[in-house]
Amino acid sequence: MTLREITYRQALNEALAEELERDQNVFLMGEEVAQYNGAYKISQGLLERFGPKRVIDAPIAEAGFAGIGIGAAMVGLRPIVEFMTFSFSLVAFDQVANNAPNIMTMSGGQFHAPIVFRGPNGPAHQLGATHMHATECLYANFPGLKIVVPATPRDAKGLLKSAVRDEAPVLVLEVEMLYAFKGMVEPPMPEFDLLVPIGKASVAREGSDVTILSYGRTVPMALHAAEQIEKEHGIHAEVIDLRSIKPLDLETILNSVTKTHRVVVAEQDRPFCGIGAELTFQIQQHIFDELDAPVARVAQEEVAVPYNEALEHAMLPNEEKIVAAVRATCGV
Amino acid sequence: MDKSQKKRSELKLLYDMLAIRRFEEKAQQQYQMQKIGGFLHLYIGQEAVAVGSVAGCRPEDYLITAYRDHGHALARGMGMNECMAEIFGKATGCSKGLGGSMHYFDKKNNMMGGHAIVGGHIPLAAGLGFASKYRGEDRVTLCYMGDGAINIGSFHEALNMAGLWKLPVIFVCENNQFAMGTAAGRSNPLKEIVDRGAGYAMPSLVMDGMDVRAVRDTIGDVCAKIRKSPEPYWIECRTYRYRGHSMSDPATYRTKEELEKHKKDDPITNFSTTLLKEGVLTEEEYKKMDAEVKALAAESVAFAESSPEPPLEDLHKYTLPPLNPDYQPVATTPEIAKQNPFNC
Ligand SMILES: Cc1ncc(C[n+]2csc(CCOP(=O)(O)OP(=O)(O)O)c2C)c(N)n1
Repeated sequence: MTLREITYRQALNEALAEELERDQNVFLMGEEVAQYNGAYKISQGLLERFGPKRVIDAPIAEAGFAGIGIGAAMVGLRPIVEFMTFSFSLVAFDQVANNAPNIMTMSGGQFHAPIVFRGPNGPAHQLGATHMHATECLYANFPGLKIVVPATPRDAKGLLKSAVRDEAPVLVLEVEMLYAFKGMVEPPMPEFDLLVPIGKASVAREGSDVTILSYGRTVPMALHAAEQIEKEHGIHAEVIDLRSIKPLDLETILNSVTKTHRVVVAEQDRPFCGIGAELTFQIQQHIFDELDAPVARVAQEEVAVPYNEALEHAMLPNEEKIVAAVRATCGV
Repeated sequence: MDKSQKKRSELKLLYDMLAIRRFEEKAQQQYQMQKIGGFLHLYIGQEAVAVGSVAGCRPEDYLITAYRDHGHALARGMGMNECMAEIFGKATGCSKGLGGSMHYFDKKNNMMGGHAIVGGHIPLAAGLGFASKYRGEDRVTLCYMGDGAINIGSFHEALNMAGLWKLPVIFVCENNQFAMGTAAGRSNPLKEIVDRGAGYAMPSLVMDGMDVRAVRDTIGDVCAKIRKSPEPYWIECRTYRYRGHSMSDPATYRTKEELEKHKKDDPITNFSTTLLKEGVLTEEEYKKMDAEVKALAAESVAFAESSPEPPLEDLHKYTLPPLNPDYQPVATTPEIAKQNPFNC
């Protein structure tokens, strides 16, 4: 089997095409997904190939089409709902957070909603206060949702395909800044059916001195930071890519920290009740004695995203901040 | 109004439209030179709507719109300098460089902002109208939205309450025929957008958005009616956007012919031709006017470029307002308990 280099964007496109091909119950709905081929071109060519019954342009009505997806999923269809960005899912919050995850409990197990909500999420570039929300920490508070954040083309494809086949509502939080990012991926179906399991983290880089817990946008940042720290300070950082926020792969995280005894969390959301708050709690709860230093966190600043480029840079997580946090944690 | 006053006010309409056009052409050029980041949505083709509207209402009336907000801002009296500086992200910008192109605010001109979430500002407009009625003021709120915005929940909820409580708000749908790549007929089942108003028991009308006088007069009439007897209006304003949705949209969903057809109906050319024909304007005057606004637009770039970046401290400065020990509560009276402006 020969691997190919494709972009994160192409990987998502292939995943959609393969799942649409595999199962007639799957359809894609969202704003500009059909005739326009997607605002970010993730659905390029899908209308042409699968037709307007299955690749559907919706009006600007997020609450409406998110709910339509959930309703259709309750009776056996397998919708993929695209949010042009997850910032716009906030107007559909009741559907995503209140309907999708609760249907099963409310109906005593009679109904559930196998639906995928997907689209770009989190930091982008100079889009201002309303368009770059990292929503993972919001949705992570609702039991009944699964949340994945792919950081590589392979994971983008494999996680999205797994999400479509999952019975739970799954949020696939894509990283706009990585859409053009390239990586090696197995050949498409029918040659290879790439499924990346939901709930498994990956060790993106091995190391022995400190663990950097990252996901999404912060994975490439953490990898670069790790290179730099190794070169400049001889510190070997292990980089974990969580891939899945919920369920969380605690085992991989704890194993790594048990080895390195030091942790820096690099998260793309805001710190208060952010993903890092939960990670920190879990680590100290399970392996407090293994820690040689307090857990450090790099996240957004606790402010609305400013438009100005320099201030935006100052408020978002970045490589320099990760390097600084690792150095502080390791005392170099 | 005497003749020379009338002439001046007509020429101002043309001047303001031309100023918006030249400002945005400059902004587009700066964007292409990568001096500006993020989104840039141009209003080119729709200038008559903002300019005519502002001419038809009073300075104390509130104006609120979506992210395609440069035209409304400039028409409302904001300067090119502060507007250009904003998209350069500079401290001298109208929102101190923190808002960007989609968020032009100006308290002194009652410009209540450009808003970036489709439909998100429509309930705010109803809230502005609510406040005016609550205070017994005869202010009108003008709320602008695109044809794509009439399909989102916040639109429905806001218009329903505005209709129910008879709030003094003019809801103007700038039907430029597309929401990104989606033609209006592909996003709502009505043949005519104006018919939406019926569901909220609002008097509804259609306005020609390529004719600045028609816009001014319609808005003027409606404002006068609302001031006498507050209630919301629904106006479908037919217009066209000449550029893509934003700078990243090549607009391949429409034909060249369609675009050319609408360009023949250019609100600025239309109006300048009319004024020339009527003898209100000479070719000389027009050229001078155009040169003047072009110079202002060029100056605004120089101003923006030479302006300082916002200081790093600004990052935390506007998250929470400080407590206001000087706030003076207004004492309540028994009469107020008898008022029922919202017919509840
Ligand atoms: C809730 C929400 N969904 C999607 C978007 C992305 N978006 C921005 S503008 C736009 C099209 C809006 O079209 P319209 O209302 O007709 O206004 P126009 O751009 O034509 O002025 C879309 C889909 C958004 N900003 N907010």
